[in-house]
Amino acid sequence: MNLTLKVWRQNGPADSGRMVTYQVEDVSPDMSFLEMLDVLNERLILEGDDPVAFDHDCREGICGMCGMVINGVAHGEQRATTTCQLHMRHFKDGDTVTIEPWRAAPFPVVKDLVVDRGAFDRIIQAGGFISVPAGSAPDAHSIPVKKENADDAFDAATCIGCGACVAACPNGSASLFTAAKITHLGLLPQGQPERDSRVVAMVEQMDLEGFGGCTNTGECTAVCPKGISLDVISQMNRDYLKAAN
Amino acid sequence: MNYTVGEPIRDTKAPEGPIEDRWDKRRFSAKLVNPANKRKLNIIVVGTGLAGGSAAATLGELGYKVKSFCYQDSPRRAHSIAAQGGINAAKNYRGDGDSIHRLFYDTVKGGDFRARESNVYRLAQVSVNIIDQAVAQGVPFAREYGGLLDTRSFGGAQVSRTFYARGQTGQQLLLGAYQALERQIAAGTVEMHTRHEMLDLVISDGRARGVIVRDLVTGEIETHLADAVVLATGGYGNVFFLSTNAKGCNTTAIWRAHRRGAYFGNPCYTQIHPTCIPVSGDHQSKLTLMSESLRNDGRVWVPLRKGDDRAPGDIPEHERDYYLERIYPAFGNLVPRDIASRAAKNVCDEGRGVGPGGLGVYLDFADAIGRLGRDAVEKKYGNLFEMYERITGEDPYVRPMRIYPAVHYTMGGLWVDYDLQSTIPGLFVIGEANFSDHGANRLGASALMQGLADGYFVLPTTIGDYLANGPFGEVEQEAVDEALGQVTGKIGRLLSTSGNRTADSYHRELGKIMWEYCGMERTEESLRKALERIPELREEFWNNVKVPGEEEGLNQALERAGRVADFFDLAELMCLDALHRTESCGGHFRAESQTEDGEALRDDENFAYVAAWEHSPEGTPVLHKEELDYEYVHMTQRSYK
Amino acid sequence: MVTPRTTPPKAQKTPKRPGRQGLSGFLRSSNGKKAVMAVSGAVLVLFLIGHMVGNLKIFLGEGTFNSYAEWLRTVGEPALPARTMLTLTEIVLALAVIAHMWSAVSLARRAAKARPVKYAARRKSQANGYVVHTMRYGGVIIVLFVVWHLLDLTFGAVNPKGYDATPYDRVVAGFDPSRWWVTAFYVVALVMVGLHLRHGLWSAFQTLGLANGRARHLLNVGAAVLSTLLVLGFLAVPLAVMIGAVK
Repeated sequence: MNLTLKVWRQNGPADSGRMVTYQVEDVSPDMSFLEMLDVLNERLILEGDDPVAFDHDCREGICGMCGMVINGVAHGEQRATTTCQLHMRHFKDGDTVTIEPWRAAPFPVVKDLVVDRGAFDRIIQAGGFISVPAGSAPDAHSIPVKKENADDAFDAATCIGCGACVAACPNGSASLFTAAKITHLGLLPQGQPERDSRVVAMVEQMDLEGFGGCTNTGECTAVCPKGISLDVISQMNRDYLKAAN
Repeated sequence: MNYTVGEPIRDTKAPEGPIEDRWDKRRFSAKLVNPANKRKLNIIVVGTGLAGGSAAATLGELGYKVKSFCYQDSPRRAHSIAAQGGINAAKNYRGDGDSIHRLFYDTVKGGDFRARESNVYRLAQVSVNIIDQAVAQGVPFAREYGGLLDTRSFGGAQVSRTFYARGQTGQQLLLGAYQALERQIAAGTVEMHTRHEMLDLVISDGRARGVIVRDLVTGEIETHLADAVVLATGGYGNVFFLSTNAKGCNTTAIWRAHRRGAYFGNPCYTQIHPTCIPVSGDHQSKLTLMSESLRNDGRVWVPLRKGDDRAPGDIPEHERDYYLERIYPAFGNLVPRDIASRAAKNVCDEGRGVGPGGLGVYLDFADAIGRLGRDAVEKKYGNLFEMYERITGEDPYVRPMRIYPAVHYTMGGLWVDYDLQSTIPGLFVIGEANFSDHGANRLGASALMQGLADGYFVLPTTIGDYLANGPFGEVEQEAVDEALGQVTGKIGRLLSTSGNRTADSYHRELGKIMWEYCGMERTEESLRKALERIPELREEFWNNVKVPGEEEGLNQALERAGRVADFFDLAELMCLDALHRTESCGGHFRAESQTEDGEALRDDENFAYVAAWEHSPEGTPVLHKEELDYEYVHMTQRSYK
Repeated sequence: MVTPRTTPPKAQKTPKRPGRQGLSGFLRSSNGKKAVMAVSGAVLVLFLIGHMVGNLKIFLGEGTFNSYAEWLRTVGEPALPARTMLTLTEIVLALAVIAHMWSAVSLARRAAKARPVKYAARRKSQANGYVVHTMRYGGVIIVLFVVWHLLDLTFGAVNPKGYDATPYDRVVAGFDPSRWWVTAFYVVALVMVGLHLRHGLWSAFQTLGLANGRARHLLNVGAAVLSTLLVLGFLAVPLAVMIGAVK
């Protein structure tokens, strides 16, 4: 099939950027979205143009490195799917596809579709951990954990840190990301000693980075490749109210 | 390509005495570093996967000044994150007869008697601490209703010793290490450099003293100096272009270290995983693994007749060849990875493969669905079926899956001693980047174990012994300048070669050569052919590659070209190693060396050694042999008939 | 020692960590603002329910309605001076409205700062549709309406009968068919209130951390039911006047 791509090109943080139109031909329905961009880039290189920069690594939906807003939807319209796992069979011959980077002030554009998500790392630095030096841990069976809690903690912990939640949120909020970590650690007995300080510090950091506030629109969970539930935000809110007062 | 044989390696620094006491002995004999001195000692850790992330976090916690580097935008992206199955540990929580000794025994045997006993025993000992550490960090392992940890048996092990977190064990363990690392970054003990790629090693006065890195965002070439350098840069499966590795996985860091004098151990040992989603066309950029557990209920078959292109449903039962069940009646569809992989290749070579290009075999669940019902199958494999359908667009409940083997893990890597130190003093290598614990074949769920054992427990002890003699004084300016010159020279050359092929297209072609001639089955003839083709292609690459853009700023095409250049050199050494090792063992199968049944036939008389290759500036590699002695496990031939 | 020839690390733009939370810290945080929004919203919802119940008394006849209005002014007498309870209520309501608007404005400004560059493609809602995206402009319409509503029926400033008429007369005159545009504005505003509550009701529970799993489903249904009932209850009066059922 043949497609018209409208791609955001921006040559660096200082450049103002613009949408550029490309035609790609002979796209196979079995290609992944990124493989389609690979084909475009191979051609651009041979034509002496600058290939489109985009982040990607594992290409199996787990590293969280890839991500672009495709036709106005973070990671494209296919539910629970990262960009690398999106396949071209979901597009039609002759389609026009708009491709933009995550848009949020705390995620400045590095180049084209590549953004800097260091803000997420700094939110984790603020408290997204359990302090335990190597070698000091008690036997793993010394503290049983209710299966339900372990399962819920796992569900929250499957977050891949891709940033789609921020990209999709009309407020540019990082609540789903932050809350997923708070919930994961808060559900486990090992996470209790630091539970209060963790939620306060992480919420503060999230605000300091310049993310917007949550207004419960649910756009985040709808685009989340791992389907992280809004429950985690509710949990964060509860923990925060308890800890902050 | 030729090679010469150098001095054998006689001392691996493993302590003497009963095997179960050796690690204790080493821990006691290792010199300690005074806490006040730790703050003055700098360590560079390259790579932030399970090994590198856990090492940087632990060394930071101990009080060293650590600099950590990764090429991704965050340390959490390292490819350890993609490991699905689980992590082995000799906890014996089930009381099913597991023990440290049994895990040790299974690992040595699984490695086809090409791993060091001392190292493997230590790995099994430390395995129990890893689970404790991970649980304390909040890794949400699967649990039973009683609240205790669940385990499963994995990869044909007879005991249930694999801890897991659904199909995302690697992700959960990596996030544990990542969070510990971020905590140290916040504490100021670790300085993190994301989007930085190591391009060379600085050696001064015979010691590894720093790295040359490129800031991938600005393009700036930076020098970072330290008292010791730790490489945790993963495996080199991407030399095949198509593999289950992440796109960015590369050999550059370890290859540059090899060029600077670190021996490369067993480069030819490659693990090929039998159940991956096959290639769908020339555009394919990577391969996706599907859990091996699928073989518990799926039946593998191909059409009996060559070139039979009917839809699978139209091929009647008597015109199908369930070849694994036919050739290996005892184990059937559950034969080990390498055997299943080779059998698939053989039937495809006969022209009986299915799907695009005839490179695939069916994995059929019709019987299982008939026997257990669709619901039961969905419960067990629902997420895998979904993943398959997402990628192929075919419904595996209706149409049998197509699978094909893919490169998955490289057991080879930089040679290290018992202390995980390479042949360059001060250069330590951990995780998949070293060659150590898996011999010629890695068991399922052992990669995560080794990465974390190295990073949390082994390296932090052994590196102290080295650093106790530090700090090591000034670094020679000439050494830095020379390394910087090498790096900028290579980048300049890549950018100035204005040819008409992309680096990716060369990489693809190199991958095809490697897959064809140095893949699942190797022969003297195929390897000689590869050794002829690789230098030719490399020559063409250097004269005809087209790398757009400039040195400054983000230039992903330049990053890729630099990696491909090093893959060429590595590929050559892999083929040479494979050629010299005329026996078959583990993941290395030489067609000339097989039993009557087509099994890998070892030649213990001549090849019970580690092949440690030294780079020589003249271009002729020097082979150093490290003999392997087996005091505790007796060498046997494996059989799965 | 290692020579200091290393390239200095790039300045990490790690913002500095502030100290413990006080009330001002709480109010500065996005989570604190949301809590203010939820609590003030809850106060307003309770008021709306009471208001609607009072309105419906109009169907019990002119006398009942007017004496109910009178009771609102005299409740608590003689222990308390006239209008004490009403004034207190008005103060609480005013504070709730101010708090609600303050949190809405400051969260909206935060959101605008968080996304300085808009998407070129029309962003398609992937969540529960349209309602949640009406909160901000819907809120503005509601505020404008409240101002009008107070001028019309409370102060009588824009009411044909003026301040001195009985409440009943003011209602009948205010929604007279000749003033159809008043009624139309009222209807539009009430639909906005309904949409606002449709999202706001369960959202308050979510913000206060009380909506997990199954509870969220129930709250969602509850929000739909309650907001529909409120809209219907409020619309009943003007529509009854329009068609002449109340005159």
